[in-house]
Amino acid sequence: MNLDKFLVKGEPMIYAAMVSIVVASLAILIGLTYFKKWGYMWREWLTTVDHKKIGVMYIIAALLMLFRGGVDALLMRAQLAMPENGLLDAQHYNEIFTTHGVIMILFMAMPFIIGLMNIVIPLQIGARDVAFPRLNAVSFWLFMAGAMLFNISFVVGGSPDAGWTAYFPLASLEYSPTVGNNYYSIALQIAGIGTLLTGVNFIVTILKMRAPGMKLMRMPMFTWSVLITCVIILFAFPVLTVALALMMFDRMFGGQFFTMANGGMDMLWANLFWVWGHPEVYIVILPAFGIYSEIISTFSKKNLYGYKSMVVSMVAISLLSFLVWAHHFYTMGHGAMVNGFFSITTMAIAIPTGVKIFNWLFTLRKGRISFTTPMLYSLAFIPIFTIGGVTGVMLAMASADYQYHNTMFLVAHFHYVLIPGTVFAVIAGFHYWFPKMFGFRLNEKLGKLAFWFIAICFNITFFPLFFLGLNGMTRRMYTYSEGSGFGPLNMLATIGSVGLAIGFVILVYNVYWSFRYAPRDTTGDPWDARTLEWSTHSPVPEYNFAITPNVKGMDAFWAAKKENQPLYEGKIEPIHMPNNSGQPFILGVIFFFLGFFLVFSMWVPAIVTGVGVVIMLAWRSFERDHGRHISVEEIIETERKLGGDTV
Amino acid sequence: MKKRGPLFLLFISVVLLLSGCSSNLLVLDPKGPVARTQSNTIIFSMIVMAVILLVVYILYVFVLTKYRATKANEGYEPPHEEGNKWLELTWTLIPVIIVIVLSVVTVRTTNAVEKVPAGYDNEKPLVIYAASSNWKWHFSYPEEGIETVNYVNIPTHRPVEFRLYAYGPIASFWVPQLGGQKYAMSDMVNTLNLVAESPGSFMGKNSNFSGKGFAHMEFEVLGMSPTDYTKWVDDVKKTAPKLTETEFDKLLNTELVGRKSYSSTHLSFRPAPEGENAGHHHGKANSTDNMDNMNMDDMDMSNMDHSQHE
Amino acid sequence: MKINSNVPLEYSTEENSNKILGFWLFLGAEIALFSTLFATYFTLWNRTGNGPTGHELFELNGVLMETFLLLTSSFTCGLAIHAMRHGFKKATMVFFAITLVLGLGFLGVEITEFVTYVHDGATVSTSAFLSSLFVLLGTHGLHVSMGILWGAAIMIQIKRQGFTAETTNKSFIFSLYWHFLDVVWIFIFSFVYLKGMM
Repeated sequence: MNLDKFLVKGEPMIYAAMVSIVVASLAILIGLTYFKKWGYMWREWLTTVDHKKIGVMYIIAALLMLFRGGVDALLMRAQLAMPENGLLDAQHYNEIFTTHGVIMILFMAMPFIIGLMNIVIPLQIGARDVAFPRLNAVSFWLFMAGAMLFNISFVVGGSPDAGWTAYFPLASLEYSPTVGNNYYSIALQIAGIGTLLTGVNFIVTILKMRAPGMKLMRMPMFTWSVLITCVIILFAFPVLTVALALMMFDRMFGGQFFTMANGGMDMLWANLFWVWGHPEVYIVILPAFGIYSEIISTFSKKNLYGYKSMVVSMVAISLLSFLVWAHHFYTMGHGAMVNGFFSITTMAIAIPTGVKIFNWLFTLRKGRISFTTPMLYSLAFIPIFTIGGVTGVMLAMASADYQYHNTMFLVAHFHYVLIPGTVFAVIAGFHYWFPKMFGFRLNEKLGKLAFWFIAICFNITFFPLFFLGLNGMTRRMYTYSEGSGFGPLNMLATIGSVGLAIGFVILVYNVYWSFRYAPRDTTGDPWDARTLEWSTHSPVPEYNFAITPNVKGMDAFWAAKKENQPLYEGKIEPIHMPNNSGQPFILGVIFFFLGFFLVFSMWVPAIVTGVGVVIMLAWRSFERDHGRHISVEEIIETERKLGGDTV
Repeated sequence: MKKRGPLFLLFISVVLLLSGCSSNLLVLDPKGPVARTQSNTIIFSMIVMAVILLVVYILYVFVLTKYRATKANEGYEPPHEEGNKWLELTWTLIPVIIVIVLSVVTVRTTNAVEKVPAGYDNEKPLVIYAASSNWKWHFSYPEEGIETVNYVNIPTHRPVEFRLYAYGPIASFWVPQLGGQKYAMSDMVNTLNLVAESPGSFMGKNSNFSGKGFAHMEFEVLGMSPTDYTKWVDDVKKTAPKLTETEFDKLLNTELVGRKSYSSTHLSFRPAPEGENAGHHHGKANSTDNMDNMNMDDMDMSNMDHSQHE
Repeated sequence: MKINSNVPLEYSTEENSNKILGFWLFLGAEIALFSTLFATYFTLWNRTGNGPTGHELFELNGVLMETFLLLTSSFTCGLAIHAMRHGFKKATMVFFAITLVLGLGFLGVEITEFVTYVHDGATVSTSAFLSSLFVLLGTHGLHVSMGILWGAAIMIQIKRQGFTAETTNKSFIFSLYWHFLDVVWIFIFSFVYLKGMM
């Protein structure tokens, strides 16, 4: 077989990436063998159906992707630091901003949020696991297969280069002849199926598996946000799946959906993409709102202000999110009427969002605010995100958008929304729930240092872009002339991005440092928090709660602590748990290869692996696995070891 | 621990904003009525937004300084607050009013910038076809019978109707100082009305990513007095070569070219995608028939085909 | 395992009722999926390029045949569940078998139809209209194919294990799926074929 088809050549950076991939893989393999950890890996992680471990794996994957996407970002900023810079050529730059966008949204923000969802939701509602633990593992491994497939494109075959929006005709075979956009369509489809299944899983979990007494209007705000998010996922992701399938047909089977001849319609892609794409923004933002609500309430020592209006506003946002997609292309020329309609629906989203901001501020009011690391991120979110929000309203005004569209102003706006909105939230949630996952807190000093780097340098990086945009600098241009005058502000932004990177490095170092030196938390409730997840041990035993908690009001654990309401009544009974299974992992591997063969149009192996998928489904169908029970003695023993007082 | 970050931020933003406005940001330095409408809309919205930011920031700083945990308030038990109907109603209704005001402004200005600018609607517009190809712009003047590449000269104080379409990927035609952008696409013609009110050179560019040469898709718009313009047209007619079909094909296939002038247009042998077989006719102001192109129901774009029957 | 005997067997455990709710949600996603495909089709249906239009292409006989087969199969599928509720194993098996055979018949007619189209020079790459037609019908057909495999697997399990909380749950969920495919077909029949032939 001709290897030239697969390997991207001729670039020192690609060779470096290849070498680092090979070295890292070898290091993992050798390490696992040397420490005799293969069995441990397989038993404890690859085959796990435990929501907490799956959550941890999601977060590890998300952190890795954060660094991949972050390096992309640094390369872009380095290229743009000076006019006429020669660090990257156009093709390379195009690939890098494309993968930066896709990876950050789909393979960083999404899994980070889904990871936190996995860890926290069953604990917050007092459940032993999600509704379908096996399906949960399938979701994870499908996501992983998609993520890996997308990432190898850099060295095998070439990355997609038509932007993360992959507009046609640019993304068609004619204008993007490498396999890059095949990777885009197939990797995203595979990961998208995983996300869809997560959505189904968590809706059922939240609707059906809450502890007795936890009515819908007693659920913690994070649980609410996840429920609403999953409903959005349920209706938005199928649209993406279809859009990507049509793309696949156009690129690989001669389809004429988005072509320039034979009746194809390039505008159809833009519509389908954004019918998914805009709700997607809220898929990553709403859980962030939930995380902030938990943290702000915990560290103000107050219940959440305006709980009901918080819920109502999230529902409103989720409905509106499906009615605004055309604001991404006002300039396509659909006339003043259509643009007016979408302007108004878009601006209307600001209303429920504003309600939330004020509710948070009033939660803080009369509180006793302690500035822990997760709280710092949550507090920084409010002023910075508000800038993102108000610039969003400015962009929503169609007449003005004709001047902002496709410029650095837009780039600044969505980074002002997504970084304080989503990234700060997942970092805050990561710090906040870290002791729940591992039984110790991250170091506060390092955490705060990282925070200040990130919060300040974020603004240095992205604030100048507003002005660059108003001065006529468009996004996605790999170079600009000296005479354009874009140089100084770009240099400032690049300097900021370096600071931002330093912040993230400190954050990771903090994880390392804390693993080694941080004191263990024996209380299970290091933050003096309010919701059920803090009422069990840290780290959480596999069955979560020895006795199912009995909820009598909102913030049940807080009430239990303050008013001495017993949370755990009744006696310990054997607990039914699902068995581990290797099937989800194997299914993920098969999907990876299926995707790979499809990307390269290798039909015979693709059909073979496709049959493999069907066989896996049949295997699952015929399997008779009724799980196992953890005996009372075993539970008492575990509880004793963890220093439990719930018995 | 005191939080000065946001204050510092606010300070920086104000300083940058002021310095930004005083220097010449292209979008806020309009040279024609369309861009002026947009610049005014932008500045108006900025002021409204600044007020909103200010309210949030004041409240934020107040709350953070007053209610932070200190040694002094140790033992303070924050009260349980369910919320307050009237307060919550206030911060719902005030934004509603703001959004209504902004909506009115948006609809009016959007209508205004889609039309031939007020005051110029009696004049016969100069029609210029602007077509993008990888990676250049072709400007055809059907009335004058001339064509240029990568530069376009227009008379001042006369409405210019740009008719936009593309050979290849979607491009976006943008001259920040004259007015906002609009897409050029392969299967339809979009219309953009602009007027230059002072002579001079304006930067124009493609703002929609279209592949490798995208960053180089700039062109110059030169506003000329009507007499200068007529003189230039005559000049081109006299001195420039004719644009043949082979020459045009060669042009399309060359990735980057400099400026070119021709004394005939490509419209005769390669007409723009309008007329019977074209797709939509977008971009006409108040074209209510386009409303059903974008059905409100997210899943249902079933009406998209209506305008095909035109 | 807690078994609630006040509800049909397929709902009897917590896991069972979770699965049924989960599947309804999944069908919600399927509705979104097919809605998108329909929207695509309606957007492109008269963008026929140089290829044939629906009017020239569609043949009433085959389509009526397909409709008849699938509607009947949906009915027999309902009968199978009815028999299952009454504990009639043999009747359930027979009705499921008829359902799957009718499904196979449907697929057979559909494949013949596709072959005819391709033979007439109407392929997925002829025009935007045909691309969207083939993908819409193909997605539905693929669902039917998966359904047949799935139904067969469930029949084997009923044969081996009889009616248990698990097998009845699977059968019931399968019936939801099968009826859903029928509903989708009714939309295809009305809005693709009838509209196209008019």
